[in-house]
Amino acid sequence: MNNAHGTGLYMDHTGRLHRLAAHSKLVGTLGFVAAVVATPREQWWSFVADGVIVAMVAVLAGLPLGLLARRLTIELPFIAFALLMPFVGNGPTVRLAGVNLSQAGLWSAWSIVAKGTLGVAATVVLASTTAVPQLITGFERLRVPRALTAIGAFMIRYLDVVTGELQRMRVARESRGDRARWLWQAKAVGAGAGALFVRSYERGERVFLAMESRGYTGTLPSVRRGDEPRHWAACLAPAALASACAIAAWRFR
Amino acid sequence: MHIPDGFIDGTTSAFGGGVAVGTVAGCLRRTRDLLDDRQVPLVGLTSAFVFAAQMLNFPVAAGTSGHLLGGVLAAVLVGPWAGALAVSVVLVVQALLFADGGLSALGLNVVNMALVGALGGYAVFAAIRALLPKTKASVVAAAGVAAALAPTMAAIVFTAEYALGGNGAASVATVAKAMIGVHLLIGVGEGAITAMTISAVMATRPDLVHGAAHIATRAPSRDDTAGVPA
Repeated sequence: MNNAHGTGLYMDHTGRLHRLAAHSKLVGTLGFVAAVVATPREQWWSFVADGVIVAMVAVLAGLPLGLLARRLTIELPFIAFALLMPFVGNGPTVRLAGVNLSQAGLWSAWSIVAKGTLGVAATVVLASTTAVPQLITGFERLRVPRALTAIGAFMIRYLDVVTGELQRMRVARESRGDRARWLWQAKAVGAGAGALFVRSYERGERVFLAMESRGYTGTLPSVRRGDEPRHWAACLAPAALASACAIAAWRFR
Repeated sequence: MHIPDGFIDGTTSAFGGGVAVGTVAGCLRRTRDLLDDRQVPLVGLTSAFVFAAQMLNFPVAAGTSGHLLGGVLAAVLVGPWAGALAVSVVLVVQALLFADGGLSALGLNVVNMALVGALGGYAVFAAIRALLPKTKASVVAAAGVAAALAPTMAAIVFTAEYALGGNGAASVATVAKAMIGVHLLIGVGEGAITAMTISAVMATRPDLVHGAAHIATRAPSRDDTAGVPA
C-alpha cells in the first residue's frame, strides 16, 4: 500500500489515461483480457502484438515501463507453476539440454506465462491510472448494484485502518518474543485475529451509527458525469486491436 | 493463490463468471433481508478484516507457511450470505487494485472461494454443528473442522474446472493429487486458526458470532472487550 487511502497500485499524476471515464476503461480492459485469453496459443505473434499494445498504452499513460515490469512480479508464483509443466506433462517429448521435456507441457507453460503476463499488465495499467473513487463510480455506471459498490468503497476506505491495526498487534506480539513459527503457537495468531474482528466489527457499528445520524438511508450519493463517446473510442481501441489479432490468429491457424 | 488469466480457457471462465454473478446476486438478496441498510458498513468492514486476515501467515510445516483464506471464518462470524459477499468483494478488489488473480478468471475465483469456500464451508459447519450438543465448544469444533475441509473442497472444484477447460499439460489426476495434497496441509492451519479465532471472539463478544446464534448468549457490556489481547 503506498498511501493512507488504500489506493493499491494507483499512481497519482495526470496522464492521458487518468482523464478517461472509468467505466469505459473497465470495459476496455475486460475486452482486452478476454481477447488475449481467447487467442490460440500456437500463434505466438499474436501475443507479441498484444504485448506491444499494452506497452504502447502504458507509454501513452505516462507510466514508467520499469514500474510496470516491477508490478508484474505479483505473477511470479504462477510462473514457477508454469515452469513445472514441461516436466509433468504427458505425450511426446523433446530433448533439450539433455532433459526430456513434454511438448504439450512446453506449449502450456508458454501459454500460461504469455496470457497471464498480458492479463496482469493490462490490469496494472488500469489500476495505475484509475483512482479508487473513479473505479467505484465506473462500476455504478455499469449498473453494478449500489449495495455492492458501497461495500467495496467501505472496504477500501477501512483497509489501511484494519491492516494497520493488524500490523500493530503483530509488532506488539513479536516484541514480547512470540513469533508464530510452529503450529502450537497458532493460538496467539487466533487470539489476534479474534481481537481484530471484534475491533473491525465495532468500528463498523460506530461508522454505521455516525452515518445514520447524518441521514444515511442505505445508498451513498454518487457523482455522475456526462458520457463521452470519445472516451469509449479510446478505451475500446486496445480491446478491438487485440480482438482483431485473436481473429487473425484463428484464421491462420 | 488466485487463478490468473489464461490458466483456464475462455468458455469455462465465462461459465464461472455466470455462476459467480448468480452467487453474488443471491447473497445480496439474502443480506438485504437480514441486515437491512446496516449491511453496507458491516460487510465492508468484514471484507477489510478478511483482506487483513489473509495477510496472517501461519506455519504449515517446518519452514513453509500458508496464509489464511478466511471463507469459513467470515461465514461463521457474520453469516453465510454476508460472509460470501465479503469474500467476493475482497476478490474483486484484489483483482482490480492489486492485479492479484486474473480479470477473466474472477468468476472462477469467486466460485472457488466464496461459493465453495464460504457458502459450502458454512454448510459443512452447519451439518457438523447439528450433530453436536448445543455448546460453545461445539461451535468452535464445527468451525475448525469445516475450515479444515474448505480448502480441499475448493481444490476439488478447481480440479473440476481444470478438467473442463484447463490450459495445462499435466493430467487431471496429477493436478488433483498435487492440489488436494497441498490444500489438505493448508487445511490444518486454516482449521486451527479459524477455531482459535472463533473461540477468542466467543470469549469477548459471543453475540457477534452468527454461527452461535442458536445458543442463548448474553450481550456483554462494553468493558468486556477491554480484556482482548493487543
